[in-house]
Amino acid sequence: MAIQGATASRSGLRSALPLLLPAYLWLTVAIFLPLSAMVFFSFMTDLPLSGKPWAFTFGNYATFFSQSLYLRLLWASLRLGLEVTLWCIVIGYPAAYVLAKVLKGRSREAIFLLVILPFWSNGLVRIFSWAMVLREGGILDTALNAVLPFKINIDLMYSYPAVIIGLVHSYVPYMVLTCYLTLQAIDDSLIEAGRSLGASRLQMLKRVIIPLSMPGLVAGAALIFVPVVGSFMEPRILGGRTGTFYGTVIEDQFVAVFNWPLGAALSFILLAVVLVILALAAPVLRKAA
Amino acid sequence: MATTRILERLGRLYIWLLLAFLYLPIIIMALMSFNVSPFYQLPFEWTTEWYASLWQNDQLISATWNSLEIAIITTIICVVLGSAASLALYRYEFRGKKILQALLFPPIAIPWLITGTAMLIFFFGVGIGRGLFAILLGHVALALPYVIVVVSARLQTFAPELEEAARSLGANQWQVTRRVTLPWIMPGVIAGGLFAFAVSFDQFVVSYFLSTPGQTTLPVEIYAAIRKGFTPEINAVSTIIIVVSMALMLLTARFFKFGGEK
Repeated sequence: MAIQGATASRSGLRSALPLLLPAYLWLTVAIFLPLSAMVFFSFMTDLPLSGKPWAFTFGNYATFFSQSLYLRLLWASLRLGLEVTLWCIVIGYPAAYVLAKVLKGRSREAIFLLVILPFWSNGLVRIFSWAMVLREGGILDTALNAVLPFKINIDLMYSYPAVIIGLVHSYVPYMVLTCYLTLQAIDDSLIEAGRSLGASRLQMLKRVIIPLSMPGLVAGAALIFVPVVGSFMEPRILGGRTGTFYGTVIEDQFVAVFNWPLGAALSFILLAVVLVILALAAPVLRKAA
Repeated sequence: MATTRILERLGRLYIWLLLAFLYLPIIIMALMSFNVSPFYQLPFEWTTEWYASLWQNDQLISATWNSLEIAIITTIICVVLGSAASLALYRYEFRGKKILQALLFPPIAIPWLITGTAMLIFFFGVGIGRGLFAILLGHVALALPYVIVVVSARLQTFAPELEEAARSLGANQWQVTRRVTLPWIMPGVIAGGLFAFAVSFDQFVVSYFLSTPGQTTLPVEIYAAIRKGFTPEINAVSTIIIVVSMALMLLTARFFKFGGEK
């Protein structure tokens, strides 16, 4: 039986290979080889293409650990990721709950679609749209001054809160989506049973609903945290001078300073951080699946 | 159950507030693209001047064509390669299959900043360089895993007995695929294709690192314009993009249920 199984699996591979090869070859050339090359380059003094002399070095990593600037920026990016994720939970989770448990039928379908629709539209353009709302003399400023009896100046543009608002706007649909999927899987009779046994709403939330929807929360958090830590376009547009983060420094190495080996090292460090975070989230997700 | 009713009503109100948060900036941008004042001054005065001046902006138009071309080619390549790979992963058992499936997730999960800079380094190193071809290479790689995941999800609902039945009636492998399997997975293939188009057409980060001044895509061109200073033309073109990509997504939703049915 075992031998038969082995031959069957070998012939399976033979039939599967022609179908699989093009796709995986493409992924290898455009994703896996580049990632490996990045690791390789991060240990070099210079690019070996320009004809200039190059050598192996740990200098790029030494730069990261010896200059407090990079560590501080990585920390700032991690904090930004954490804050945005928390806001997305606070805003997105209740919305997911209402969608899954309060709304019914066609209106639920329609509103669900409306919530996740913007998130498939161009992120750059949506970030840009906030610029008009947040700047001094912008829509928010004008609207508030029209309503309020006293004069205030709203000029959030090029500030930390502007970056947070833009990023939360970009990523909150993720949280609604993942939480909605786990919340709607919770059997309504479970909630009724708990209620009829005398559990208060708060107790139900703490003991039943939140634990059962944990995989959705963790998946949403991972999906948001990871790209926010690596964001650079959003802080640039909405943060201006205050928008220097780890991602913008990596961008600079590639498009302004042209220190590619250092950029590669910084990118690889970010990748390591991201992988650790995904590994931490994995057990919760696997338990759900 | 009066409290329940009040809570439900609050819940509904909350959803509408969230929708307002999500859509207001976009609506304001769309309105401002029809406003006379280039500095977004109120009162609002209607004009289509900015849309008209788009037609004079050669850089923007050529970037738009590049974006469309790349998105269409990406979609075609991804649908063909992705469907083939999905079929293979569905039909055959072989050692290492789990690993191949797991390999689809790094491209989705790794931030585009890392993927984009890695591609820049590698393409430069092997002599592909930057430009439209490099952008196409990157876009296909980014969109392919999505297509495979979406088509595979559709294949999960396919009964293998149908293939067996067709085969026992004398159909060969190609006929089985074309007449039985493909029609069944078509909604998944179309949804996957629309996903691929959206991923490519909206892609900024990877295109940004791989573009050169002459060979660039629309989002990269927009980013450059935003950093140079606000221009109302950018409002106009942004509004067009948002409308196109939302329409595309609505189309996708027709073929692919995201929330799952209950």
